[in-house]
Amino acid sequence: MANKHDITLTVNGKDYSLTVEPRRTLADALRDDCGLTGTHLGCEHGVCGACTVLVDDKPVRSCLMFAVQAEGRAVRTVEGLAKGDVLHPLQKAFWENHGLQCGFCTPGFLMLAAGALEADPDLSEEEIRDILSSNLCRCTGYQNIIKSVCLAANEMRACPPSADR
Amino acid sequence: MSWIGRSLPRLEDPSLLMGRGRYVADLARGAASVKFVRSPVAAGRILSIDVPDGELVFTAADLAGVKPICPILHRPDYIAVEQPILARDRVMFCGQALAVVVAEDQSLAEDLAEQVFADIDAEDAIVDMDTALAEGATAVHAHAPGNVLVEGVLRSPGLDAAFTDAAEIVSLDLRSGRQSAMPLEGRGGVAQYDRISGRVTLYASVQMPHMLRTGLADVLQMPEADLRVVAPDVGGGFGQKMSLFPEYVVLVWLARKLERDVAWIEDRRENFLASSHSRDQSFRVRGAFAKDGTLLGIDADLKSNVGAFSCYPVTCGVEPLMALAELPGPYKVAEYGVRSRGVTTNTGMMAPYRGVSRPMLTLTMERMMDVAAKRLGIDPIEIRRRNLIDTFPHRSPTGLVYDEGSYKEAMDRAVEAIDLTGFRARQREARAAGRYLGIGFSVFSERTGYGTPAYAARGMNIVPGYEIVSCAMDPSGFVEARIGSSPHGQGLKTALAQLIADELGVEPGKVKVISGDTDATPYGWGTFASRSMVIAGGACKLAAGKVATRLRSVAAVMMQADEDQVVLEDGLARVTGTNQSLPIPEVARASYHQSHRFGQAGPGLIENATYDPGGTFSNACHACIVEVDIETGGVKIERFVVAEDAGVLINPMIVDGQIHGGVAQGIANALFEELVYDETGNLLTVSLADYLPPTIAEVPKIEIEHLVTLSDATITKAKGVGEGGAIGAPAAIINATVDALSPFGVEIFQIPATPQHIRKLIREAERNAHG
Ligand code: FES
Ligand code: FES
Repeated sequence: MANKHDITLTVNGKDYSLTVEPRRTLADALRDDCGLTGTHLGCEHGVCGACTVLVDDKPVRSCLMFAVQAEGRAVRTVEGLAKGDVLHPLQKAFWENHGLQCGFCTPGFLMLAAGALEADPDLSEEEIRDILSSNLCRCTGYQNIIKSVCLAANEMRACPPSADR
Repeated sequence: MSWIGRSLPRLEDPSLLMGRGRYVADLARGAASVKFVRSPVAAGRILSIDVPDGELVFTAADLAGVKPICPILHRPDYIAVEQPILARDRVMFCGQALAVVVAEDQSLAEDLAEQVFADIDAEDAIVDMDTALAEGATAVHAHAPGNVLVEGVLRSPGLDAAFTDAAEIVSLDLRSGRQSAMPLEGRGGVAQYDRISGRVTLYASVQMPHMLRTGLADVLQMPEADLRVVAPDVGGGFGQKMSLFPEYVVLVWLARKLERDVAWIEDRRENFLASSHSRDQSFRVRGAFAKDGTLLGIDADLKSNVGAFSCYPVTCGVEPLMALAELPGPYKVAEYGVRSRGVTTNTGMMAPYRGVSRPMLTLTMERMMDVAAKRLGIDPIEIRRRNLIDTFPHRSPTGLVYDEGSYKEAMDRAVEAIDLTGFRARQREARAAGRYLGIGFSVFSERTGYGTPAYAARGMNIVPGYEIVSCAMDPSGFVEARIGSSPHGQGLKTALAQLIADELGVEPGKVKVISGDTDATPYGWGTFASRSMVIAGGACKLAAGKVATRLRSVAAVMMQADEDQVVLEDGLARVTGTNQSLPIPEVARASYHQSHRFGQAGPGLIENATYDPGGTFSNACHACIVEVDIETGGVKIERFVVAEDAGVLINPMIVDGQIHGGVAQGIANALFEELVYDETGNLLTVSLADYLPPTIAEVPKIEIEHLVTLSDATITKAKGVGEGGAIGAPAAIINATVDALSPFGVEIFQIPATPQHIRKLIREAERNAHG
């Protein structure tokens, strides 16, 4: 089959040496080669956003990016969001406000929101809504997702995450 | 203090939030990848299937010895059809599996699948019900000429008289497009072969693990004990994950044949093509009304397009028979005539989806009420009030017995919350400014938590309904409840833990609910039909209650007190009226390790209980305000109010979450989602760019009002609530849209009411006005 490439993926601050075909998506590399199955696949064609991860701190659909394109860039997944067992403010807000049901879309929403709020901590509810409209959830009717993200945004504004993330 | 009634954060969540959930695709590492080769045509004869040499490719010929899937209903009007595991001589719908390939990884499996070539002599497909039912139509299944697989007929003796006496007869033709439950996680399974025992463990994204094991063992003709089915974390199901699908049969067969682990993870296209569909229904209904708006009788001809095969175990009767039994919904009606047919076509199989027929039944009754109100010059709320069930128990013309509900009260609450009077003023102003606002209501009942009698009455060969729970307190004072039910994202474990915690006087965090593993749980029916909280909850209450009794008698011996003086609360067994108490873990340990002291009560703290209720009805009124853009035909929902009565709320936050999710799916059904086949039976909507699930931009804030009716039909006083949101929303939205368009005199009888459809109606109305 197609020739393979040796690459190093840096995910959540840790290096993974992989040998992948050029056609391997970042999502598959994260899930299958790195064993980081927190990133989910709901469509594999770029619509649902379940596979959203941060690449150089920007939300990216990992089903639409090839693993080889992520070489040398910093990838962050849901597994890296909490500090040890201390939940990220977004995770805490989702938990306290029932922002998830089956939890399948959740990693994608968390990473999308994390990326957006890090880039602009002062997003208004309207702006947050607009950003969240790029991801699909089939369970929650979005009610508690928006609530969770807005509450987390407030909290993150009040005590911004330390720069060492 | 009671745990019931508190919005306790879910015990399920921390692992899911940290990316530590275990969904089926997360368990596929190390397994060979399985890919199905699917039919590109809807109907035809298979002439040959060419497979590459030396590769792991299997067709129906290899599966000799595996029986087809063949669900049964014991009714004279039911025709059973066999679904081969892989298509044998004919293909019956576009997407049917023809062959299966196995390769080391997913991309290699996809490459290999492309090398399989099926030579199919394509024939004209029967795609819609009109073609299927036309005189002389080709039979989709040779032994079912006429293409009707199930047909129920009922006619009360006074029906004709009701129509003769009617002051107004409202005749409606309604249609609902075909829809997909579309869980965000598709179907999928990992079958692991154990070389020592020869057993197979199938991890699968399913709602009904025990039933799946039974079905698999039957068609594979193997002992159930050689098979373990596990539902790990499940990424939504909404009914789509409760049937036995051929793919799971193939997985278990492959694992045994190849003596290795195999995995199939469905992609989105496959989910649209080959998993089940729903809702494709066409109703012709007449309502006879007296001058004062009293509904005297209903006469209905209901058709459901059930697709090419019948779903196991609930059969293709699921939509037609629900429609037959429950059309009148929350309304009193003395005379009822109905014919309900399940029509077979060369399309994907119809199976349950959240609400099963009731979104369409509710749309029917609620449109009928609005149309009748208009014709009779009665207020739409008033005509409903005159017809809603208000004495309990109420017996429907089909024999259903409704327990206490709050139909009128819920409607009043919704009317008040949405400020109907204030709205009318606002509507007039808006209209003067060229904006089209409308308000709509929908009142409905949701039959929930019904046990075996309901399914037996339907003639099911496999009669679901009861739940068995095994509840044990271990020597450390932790509780394990093993349930036959199997959640797929609802938070059931937390709600059950709250219930059990109250019975045993411990914290919910001390209660582990174990589900979804046939090796670890008693036989049960999984989660569907809004049943788990009512039935598994009832069984949990009973089982935990029995454990509590034993715990109290052990504690009584330990504290030399009278058994009925011992209460369990706050982690303690206390003797009332004294300050004597013991920590519950101490009592639990004694019961195991000092059992000789306790006579009858020892040893151990393990109890089973079964609950098999007759069923209950939750009820609700949905009310919404929409604005229609008459240029584009787009409908924007401005407000959405739900007044819901689900009895006692065990965890209000979870109940609200169920309503939110249901309403979002109802919005989708009303306005957006439709699976579209072309005339050759080719499915055109196979990606999320074509099928349009609503995003946060389309779903407004959902406002919820709770009413609580306590009924004796449920021992926890909780009524099911899983489907209501999806049931009520389409009717409220369509009624509101019609109200908005009332200056045009437009009536809508079709969902989804897409912008194209609404524009077409407006154009026609304008043409008529000018012509
Ligand atoms: S899986 Fe990547 S957007 Fe859906
Ligand atoms: S929580 Fe299930 S898809 Fe969002």
